[in-house]
Amino acid sequence: MGLFRRSETIIAAILLVAMIIIGLINPAFWQLDNMFSLLRSNVVIGIMALGVLLVMLSGGFDVSFPAFAVAAMYLTVKGMLAIGYSGVLLPFLCAVAIGVLCGCLNAFFVYKFRMIPLIVTLGTGSMVRGFLLGVVGTSIVNINRFPPELIEFAKTELVSVTRPDGSHSGLTAMLLLYLGLALAVHLVLRYTMIGRSIYALGGGAEAANRVGFNLRKTIFFIYCTAGALAGFAGMLHCSMIWLANPRDFVGMDLVVIAAVVLGGASIFGGRGSVLGTMLGVFMLVMVQNSLIIMKVDTTWQLVVVGIIIVIATVATAWRDRRRQA
Amino acid sequence: MSHAFIELCHIEKHFAGVHALNDVSLSIRPGEIHCLAGENGSGKSTVIKVISGVYRPDGGEIRIDGETVHNLTPIASIDRGIQVIYQDFSLFGNLTVAENLALNTELREKRRLVNWRRIHALARRALDELGVDIDPSAEVDTLPTAGRQLVAIARALMSDARLLIMDEPTTALTRKEVETLFGIVRDIQRRGIAVLFVSHKMREMLEISERITVIRNGRKVAEGPTADFNEGLIIRHMTGHDISADGYRWEPPEEGAGTPRLELAGLSKEGAFSDLTMAIHPGEIVGLSGLLGSGRTEVALSLFGMEPGYSGDIRIDGTPVRLDSVQQAIAAGIAYVPEDRLTEGLFLGQSINRNILATTYDSIARHLVIDRDRASSLTAEMIRSLSIATPTGEKLVGELSGGNQQRVVIARWLLTNARVLILNGPTVGVDVGSKAQIHRIIRDLARDQGLAVLMISDDVLELVENCNRILLMHRGRLVAEYDAARINEEDISETLKSFK
Repeated sequence: MGLFRRSETIIAAILLVAMIIIGLINPAFWQLDNMFSLLRSNVVIGIMALGVLLVMLSGGFDVSFPAFAVAAMYLTVKGMLAIGYSGVLLPFLCAVAIGVLCGCLNAFFVYKFRMIPLIVTLGTGSMVRGFLLGVVGTSIVNINRFPPELIEFAKTELVSVTRPDGSHSGLTAMLLLYLGLALAVHLVLRYTMIGRSIYALGGGAEAANRVGFNLRKTIFFIYCTAGALAGFAGMLHCSMIWLANPRDFVGMDLVVIAAVVLGGASIFGGRGSVLGTMLGVFMLVMVQNSLIIMKVDTTWQLVVVGIIIVIATVATAWRDRRRQA
Repeated sequence: MSHAFIELCHIEKHFAGVHALNDVSLSIRPGEIHCLAGENGSGKSTVIKVISGVYRPDGGEIRIDGETVHNLTPIASIDRGIQVIYQDFSLFGNLTVAENLALNTELREKRRLVNWRRIHALARRALDELGVDIDPSAEVDTLPTAGRQLVAIARALMSDARLLIMDEPTTALTRKEVETLFGIVRDIQRRGIAVLFVSHKMREMLEISERITVIRNGRKVAEGPTADFNEGLIIRHMTGHDISADGYRWEPPEEGAGTPRLELAGLSKEGAFSDLTMAIHPGEIVGLSGLLGSGRTEVALSLFGMEPGYSGDIRIDGTPVRLDSVQQAIAAGIAYVPEDRLTEGLFLGQSINRNILATTYDSIARHLVIDRDRASSLTAEMIRSLSIATPTGEKLVGELSGGNQQRVVIARWLLTNARVLILNGPTVGVDVGSKAQIHRIIRDLARDQGLAVLMISDDVLELVENCNRILLMHRGRLVAEYDAARINEEDISETLKSFK
């Protein structure tokens, strides 16, 4: 397919135009510290979006990841406080493990009972969230109790600029984690059979079965990886904001799904790419960021996200129909 | 018989009390084109599933290369060189042609990583071997049906196939594509690969195959070299009875033809058809044919009010009418049975009763409330008189066979007291038995109810057998008119070919 017919090219072009327009309305947009904060906001949403992309490629729909992310981070931080552990690597591994476990739950129901992923993830997400608040607690772990090693780790910067007036801004090193994970997911999707099996599953479950793919393996891989990414993103999120709130990430599902759809993934499965998703995430974060700069009320941001979902879905559906014509 | 590639011997298969296959034997030699003929529900697909290892037979045995095979599994069947091309092709529309072709090989070799250069090389070779020109990097969804079928064939041949089973391969193809397909099938045969053609289209079976096996109700009823068969014989074997093929005659009443039921005068529509003039009398069946794009479907749609903005006159029983909407057309007494009854005419997820009453609800409703007794008596009568095969009118239309679905559409229009019935491809996708029954219903409608019938069809034989007169359209104009009693099928087919 030619460069100009690829969805990524079109999304990138729209993104560029949007950036220029926003820059014209508000010149502060192009300032270094705004760019830095924009990229910083990409990290957590982006990592979650990678997981959602996997599920969506297979023809599924995941709304449980915010709950998994919250559970992973809150359980881990609570556990660290309880045993007085401090460190960075182990908490992240622990959060990933919790995510994988929750993902297994999704995969089990989707594979074993052939249930619709949207319903399964609605159920598991609600279960996990309820369990967390009911059993583990509702208290927020704030900065004075939050493990300092995690805060230090998340403060790492790639570039830092100190201006003459003494103000400081920097580009977070967490961006590298996001880019690394994105590259990994891209390579898996493009160059491994398990990655291709996800596309095949999204193209047609019956055909994938006939051709000889092991669908159980594929489905468990998809939901466990999505869970792992959610857990990792949750942990990273709390480290970056120095706060573990068990009621965090409410409404996050919609934002991330909007970003993935905006990135050209088909809600019917089988079409989408990591690059497109990253562009979609950037575009969505940029729109939210601009709304904040322009002091638009948060309730109106919801309206904008809703509009973006509808427009992006219509555009991708129209693209897929034209392809079949 | 020992040199057969595969032999099914006295195969039995039961499903929950249904005797699906009863003592079925079938033998296919290497490099043979064999046809398996039977109506829908005769057990054809069960036979395919037994050969491909999906179903395990309850009795009898399967021999491959003279060796008895127990427990034939789908994988064992593929390993033995048996490949099935299903009607839906089992391709991935979202992936490229190359990847679709290479996936089987990649999976068989249990690869974990993907080498795109190798995939393209594999695909290139497979397409070249078949001698077809398809871009390997095109997405499969962008290909037409015929192209997708070629990809499915190329994929099947990649795994050292010895028997290729094709399930109703010609259903969605145009005549020209069918010829291309047959050329490729003969090519495959020259490579020593056997082909099992599963079909219910007589003409194609006689054209392509060397041997024919006919099954009916799960039993083998005939087998032999194709030269021993003709259309009538196959039909008799498939349906179990003779289907009369005598033509339909409509005689004008002695006092003269009187006012035509439907009259078109100088009917034109920009870009679709121009200057059509014709008349159809009560009780007359007139055939209309032409190549795709000749404007015939547009004529039907105009008469049903779906293409407003025509010029010229339409008269029904001598009264000029204006048909700019479907409501106007129905009110004028026009009924339309579309070509694609599934998308255009039926609510598949609704019951037979509701479908039959869909256009009648207004007339059986009193003060906004539906007269339930009247509704159920009307539908019961329709189901009986059109012999729709169903235990109850509450059954969903989507669960009926093609022939029965077609009858539901006809029943609906009978209730509207239609005067003109327009049929567009009335028996596309319908098996022989139902086809004959639908033809009988149409004739009865014309004769007993005095309907004027306009039958649009590609099936010239169908027109010759059922119509009084046959009109041909080309590039939006009526170019020929024949008396069906004085013309044979070949002459019309020849004329149609000359239009290309």
